[in-house]
Amino acid sequence: MPLTPCDHCGIPTPAGAPEAVEDSAGTFCCSGCATAYALIHSCGLEAFYGFADETRTVQSKPLRYAEFDRDDFLEAHSTLEASGDRVVTLGIDGMHCAACVWLLERLPQVVPGVSEARVNWRRATLTVHWTPGQAQLSSIADRVAKLGYRPFPLVSATTARGDQAGNRSRIIQLALAFAAAGNNMLIATGLYLGAFSHMSDGMLGLLRWASCIVGVFSLLGPGRTFFRGALAALRSRSPHMDLPVALGLAIGGIAGLVNTVLGQGEIYFDTLSVLVFLLLLGRWMQVRQQKRAASALDVLYRVTPRIAHRVDDDGVHDVPGDVLVAGDRVEVRVGDVVPADGEIIGGVTTCDQSVLTGESVPVTLRVGDQAAAGTTNLGAVIRMRVRAVGAATRIGSVLEEVERASTQRAPIVRFADRIAGWFVAYVLLAAGITFGVWMTLDASVAVDHTVALLIVACPCALGLATPLAISVALGRAARRKILVKGGEALQHLSKPGQLWLDKTGTITQGEMTVVQWHGDDADFARLAALEAQVVHPIATAVVRHAERLALPRPQAKVEAGVGGVTGMAGGHRIVAGHAGFVAQACGTPIPERFMKPATAWVHEGHSPLFVARDGEVVGVCALGDPIRDDARATVNALRERGWTVGILSGDHPSVVRSVGIQLGLEPEDCRGGLLPQDKVRIVEQRDASGPTVMVGDGVNDSGALMAATVGVAVRNGAEASMRAAPVYLGRPDLGALLELLDGARNTVKTIRITLGISLAYNAIAVTLAGLGTMSPLVAALLMPASSLSVIAVAISRRFVKSGV
Amino acid sequence: MSVLYIAIPVALGIAGLALWAFARSVREGQLDDLETPAMRILHDDDGVRPPEE
Repeated sequence: MPLTPCDHCGIPTPAGAPEAVEDSAGTFCCSGCATAYALIHSCGLEAFYGFADETRTVQSKPLRYAEFDRDDFLEAHSTLEASGDRVVTLGIDGMHCAACVWLLERLPQVVPGVSEARVNWRRATLTVHWTPGQAQLSSIADRVAKLGYRPFPLVSATTARGDQAGNRSRIIQLALAFAAAGNNMLIATGLYLGAFSHMSDGMLGLLRWASCIVGVFSLLGPGRTFFRGALAALRSRSPHMDLPVALGLAIGGIAGLVNTVLGQGEIYFDTLSVLVFLLLLGRWMQVRQQKRAASALDVLYRVTPRIAHRVDDDGVHDVPGDVLVAGDRVEVRVGDVVPADGEIIGGVTTCDQSVLTGESVPVTLRVGDQAAAGTTNLGAVIRMRVRAVGAATRIGSVLEEVERASTQRAPIVRFADRIAGWFVAYVLLAAGITFGVWMTLDASVAVDHTVALLIVACPCALGLATPLAISVALGRAARRKILVKGGEALQHLSKPGQLWLDKTGTITQGEMTVVQWHGDDADFARLAALEAQVVHPIATAVVRHAERLALPRPQAKVEAGVGGVTGMAGGHRIVAGHAGFVAQACGTPIPERFMKPATAWVHEGHSPLFVARDGEVVGVCALGDPIRDDARATVNALRERGWTVGILSGDHPSVVRSVGIQLGLEPEDCRGGLLPQDKVRIVEQRDASGPTVMVGDGVNDSGALMAATVGVAVRNGAEASMRAAPVYLGRPDLGALLELLDGARNTVKTIRITLGISLAYNAIAVTLAGLGTMSPLVAALLMPASSLSVIAVAISRRFVKSGV
Repeated sequence: MSVLYIAIPVALGIAGLALWAFARSVREGQLDDLETPAMRILHDDDGVRPPEE
């Protein structure tokens, strides 16, 4: 019976099942899903299904969690409370709504010995407190699984904790700065109004002292980070935006304090408090937008399966994938991802190793061959003996390569920081001239004017401009399903350079398709009937093609499915496979009339599949991975924008070259037969004139995605590549790539404009202060005016011309 | 207007208290998860029987 995934939840639904709903909208496992689907569509929220691809999982039977009670597991994943209780935070798959929260938090009533269970809905975690003598973690996990959820250990528990602490302290600092700024503005209003209404000296003193206390609190509390940054910049002799900021804050603070104590002259604390708040706000926005890049271990965890079928002496047990050790025997079923590296001890199968090699054609594996973790078993059930797990596997070493590439990336100087050095020099020069000139004119006001200049020159709008423009751009890009993890990527992409495209899945559609069939339709129908019972990309392609042609499906029975397919279909004996396989099965060589088109197809980069009926070759079809419709136009548009475009692929060089020719690329820019390490090496040979950009999807690309100045992962790519790359295109069309590049250029332009505005304000303010005509009121108006106009410009500029 | 000599310090003191309370609630993680508590409050605690095993 054909299984169709439910269009809402993804659960395989047998056609004609009693509870299934099939209508014009799609196929659903139940009427609930059909209703939810209709509701989501009626609200215009279809984008949900695009983002939710990875999260929709299928339930299966509960696992064995005995390993959760091992001491080393408890040590690594849980903490011991002072009371003797243990606390663990588990990830939970399958939580859907408030009812799930309710159910999981009733765990203490269900499992004796559990004192507390708390769900974090957003992070999909469950924190459980239990008394080790009275309950076991395995029984808790087992109970959760029986409730219909899938608990799994969180690998990154410790890193997440550090991240959380940093996030909390940033929010507290921001709140303190905001409170200080708000209160100080109120006090300043009193002072300014008092200046007109002849406030009494006593009241004046009170307000000045109040402003001073709040201001000093703001400078020494949340403002401390700027002084720390400035000190670090001085020590490492690298100019940094913190330096001019700290200079202005320090001089303003000291002058304000002196004037408060003396009871005369300007106090600057209102301006300074607002400054600290706005600068912290800009910084906080930037940090929030940049999503944390996960460690290689975390990625590894996602690539290898969460469940393994371990063969124990008393039968086969399902265990969490990360409790396997070398020497274990495991069973790998059809369609499963291999959980560890090891030697096959039973069965013959074909394995999709594209995750490692990038090669889209599956490899046949027999007893004694090595199966690699992360690859997908397509052919038949196999048993293997585990040789290496986790980081010791081949996929683990690929991911270590990712980690290495990420740490070796040259530190990037932030855009605004580059001008910070010049800014300090300019401010100090202006201050020096002001002081010198006023000393000769009127020594009594020289200090006042110089301090005023240093404060108004404090680059508030400058510090706000870059983070604001970037976070606005990231938000707009995300609305177009282009997820950018940091502003640096946008800045690099604004200039053309070398762009490498991966072939499979990037330029091509990434799946096998029947390009051509040379033979009788009835024979193709028989072939499709046979292939419908085989799990293999080629089989899927054949079945899809037959469905598109609406061919009938005769009765069929597969006899063997390795190396090719053999079986009975519609009363005829059908053999299909590569030339050698079919020729051997028929006992005669392939006739010339089928061999000739096949040879031509091979040159075009397609693979031929020969079909024999009752011992006679009756047809051949060309299987290929067709180029995306918009690939050629995109490549042309990229070259128009000044980019050098090339292909890096693990596929055979002749195939890569033929794809390159179809796209109009130079043959020497189309490199095939590359291992992941080769891709990294090529990407690392960048030249200084522009960025090197890598666009790819597989885990085998992730090293190159990291090594590139900017890595761009494309939709449906492996999780590892999504994590490794700073940019992720959430749309299947390559047009998103063009939008990304245009958007990056626009963003950098926006940053330039806002920097220009804030520098212009600054120049005016410094000139006025230098001339001694800057009154405190003008300063108080000019500062927010510059910030507001920067904000207005950053928000009003578009990401790309046609749209948001 | 002399009341301000008392009112302003008192106001600043109250603002300080509020900030302390906010910082404490953030540090204790009360603001980490803004969604689950909203679901939790709707739940009744009764109607749960111990499992029959």
